[in-house]
Amino acid sequence: MARGFAGTTLRVDLPRGTIRRLPTDEALFRRWHGGRGVVAKICYDEVPRGADPLGPENVFIMTVSPMSGCLIPAGSKVEFGSVSPLTNGQGDSNMGGHLGPALKFAGYDLVIFTGISPKPVYLFIDDDVVELRDASSYWGMRSLDCEKRLKEDLGEDFEIATIGPAGENGVLFSCITHDFGRQAGRTGQGAVMGSKKLKAIAVRGSRSLHVHDQAGLTAYVTGIIKRTQKHPNMEPWQKYGTAFFIRWSNDNGVMPTRNFQTTYYEDADKIDGDQLIEKCLITHKACFGCWMNCGKYTKAVIPGKPEVHLEGPEYETGSLCGSNLGMKDINHVAYINWMLDNLGMDSMSGGGVTAFAMECFERGLITEKDLEGRSLQWGSVDDVEHFLDMVALRRGIGDWFAGGTKRAAEKIGRGSEKFAMQVKGQEMSGYDGRWAPGMLLSYMTADIGAHHNRSWTITVDMAEGRESVDGRAKIVVYLQHIRPLMDTWCICRLFWGELDITPEEIVESLNLITGWGVSPEECLRTSEMIWNLNRCHYLERNKADGRTFDYPPARSWEDKIPTGPGKGKGVSRKQVEQMLDEYYAARAWDAKGNPTRAVLEDLGLKDAADNLERIGLLGVPIPGGIPAVRGEKYKPKAF
Amino acid sequence: MSAVPSPPGQDSYQRIKVNRDQCTGCRLCLQVCGMMHFEGINPKKAALRVEARFPDPGKYRPYVCTQCGKCAEACPVGAISRDDKGAYIVDKAACDNCGACVAACPFGVVFQHPDVPRVIICDFCMLCTEMCNTGAIVPWKKSAGAEEREVARG
Repeated sequence: MARGFAGTTLRVDLPRGTIRRLPTDEALFRRWHGGRGVVAKICYDEVPRGADPLGPENVFIMTVSPMSGCLIPAGSKVEFGSVSPLTNGQGDSNMGGHLGPALKFAGYDLVIFTGISPKPVYLFIDDDVVELRDASSYWGMRSLDCEKRLKEDLGEDFEIATIGPAGENGVLFSCITHDFGRQAGRTGQGAVMGSKKLKAIAVRGSRSLHVHDQAGLTAYVTGIIKRTQKHPNMEPWQKYGTAFFIRWSNDNGVMPTRNFQTTYYEDADKIDGDQLIEKCLITHKACFGCWMNCGKYTKAVIPGKPEVHLEGPEYETGSLCGSNLGMKDINHVAYINWMLDNLGMDSMSGGGVTAFAMECFERGLITEKDLEGRSLQWGSVDDVEHFLDMVALRRGIGDWFAGGTKRAAEKIGRGSEKFAMQVKGQEMSGYDGRWAPGMLLSYMTADIGAHHNRSWTITVDMAEGRESVDGRAKIVVYLQHIRPLMDTWCICRLFWGELDITPEEIVESLNLITGWGVSPEECLRTSEMIWNLNRCHYLERNKADGRTFDYPPARSWEDKIPTGPGKGKGVSRKQVEQMLDEYYAARAWDAKGNPTRAVLEDLGLKDAADNLERIGLLGVPIPGGIPAVRGEKYKPKAF
Repeated sequence: MSAVPSPPGQDSYQRIKVNRDQCTGCRLCLQVCGMMHFEGINPKKAALRVEARFPDPGKYRPYVCTQCGKCAEACPVGAISRDDKGAYIVDKAACDNCGACVAACPFGVVFQHPDVPRVIICDFCMLCTEMCNTGAIVPWKKSAGAEEREVARG
């Protein structure tokens, strides 16, 4: 066993209630590195293509990487994966906190859950003691309340992940919550947990991890720590976390406002980072081993409501549940953040879904009659509170919105698809792409739908020209390889993006931990392999040419930005098509957006090529062959 | 709290001052402490601890050795003695891991671990304070024999 591994994999058979212990398959990790790569491979191999994501044939995976817990900068992430009920493609989501390292210290690299438990259970791990325990008394509890209760019952030093009522009820954008405010929010991993009757995971570990070169690693990483302590970005990150970017995003005309109607919010100063620190902050909060403490543990104080404690709102939640809902008080944004956390819904999709419902209400497509006599006005925290309860408990038309904006728009019809701000079923992150075409292309082409964490290009767009789309595709391809590597290694991307820790330094750390001796170029190829495998998986499940899935909602190209610094700007339909053409060419896929045999075999994915050919979705060969390297290296600016 | 008499001729000791509200719970200190003193990476072998009090009140509380000397007083075999930095050092050969010092420590910063045949007490190598990026634990020199209560607050 190479160093960096805990050594054991668990296979949890939920219907039988049995747990098998296996030695961790090092070859699997060597090829797929961990995290996102490992879950992509297991889901591709083990989940039948016709399987219902919320049915017994889907798997649910929790994993880490050889780097987790090994002093690596912010190596705190734990990755969850399964076929996503929200996108119907490969789904994964990760969160920081302390759970991932705890899993390693307990002795485990990978946990694979199969089937559906006959009754509510939680997985208990205390070093060698691994048990499925009855969770009847926790079922129905809200996420944060459940974590508190489990800590009281088991001990404060257990690291705990829970789902809330939304996950139990199959709300498709349900999240997993940990450490009273860290969430694996995207792709509905909480709904998959709920479908399996798995309420929680509790882990405590006391074992040692061994690395290839401990003295070398300690010297190397402590040197990086000391260097980054003095980085000019450190202070604002420590003070504000990502909330710093509310004002930045607004000033630069990408702020989603009232369901992405415009990109400038006139009341941004009421919900920005200064407001958060001044009115809500309780303590700064960090993930395991991270010296940047971007987490903000806060309180929301609203007259007539109980004071609640939460982590956040971070930038994404602050925009999607702030400007996007027309909120005019940071306490209201924080309260909505807390509601979504405690009900167990992704606060990004939750904000997107609520904003969509608000616009439907504004346009009369849904009425007070549909909302149990309540209204749903921009800026009303009480209206949002009532609406979110309807969604989490699937009451009335809450049931429509529990499927996310795409499915809700299909029910509501009457042109609402145009402003259902999603791609592939997943709601957009907190940036409008109309004056940031690379960002729009990133949303369009990401394997999990409109999520910014596959590639983020606002500063690229600003540097390269916000009205032009030329050459943007190659950069997006490169960013889609490098940025998701962080999720593959289960480390936080912020050190790379914000504190100038280079990919080369991270790879050197990986080698000091594992002794693998990999190069940065090989890691980028690994990331490209994961990207292509997920594309194949998506096409095999959804059975149509890839291009048909890669369009944003019509608002993104039909409507010009009406107000603010981006007034009058917009991306045209022609530009959208041009970006897709250039993107597929840069990926060596065909014009229909289907991967070609040449690129798949170059990446060692011959089986995937055969599978696509069998269903008639293998890309036609590229005349003149494929480029040796896909994507164009780009040094991202800050953020 | 009684201060243990300082060694003759020693006018200052290396201490760690805790600014408790600045702790963000990252446990980088625990990670490097374990790595510095043992083979392998294991924050459970660290000689300090961080308590998380969530969701209410929502605070972290770091606890470090205050050099109060209760561990040495409690040790039935005389295995704990003070070095010239002021740190209480465990004699690996003499310690029989009975745990009397663990019970005697007022701040819960004497540790036992299943893989370690002796107790773990801070030796004031100060790496934790170098890594702490928030000022929650900082190096501090204080005249020997002075009132120790203020550093003892967790």
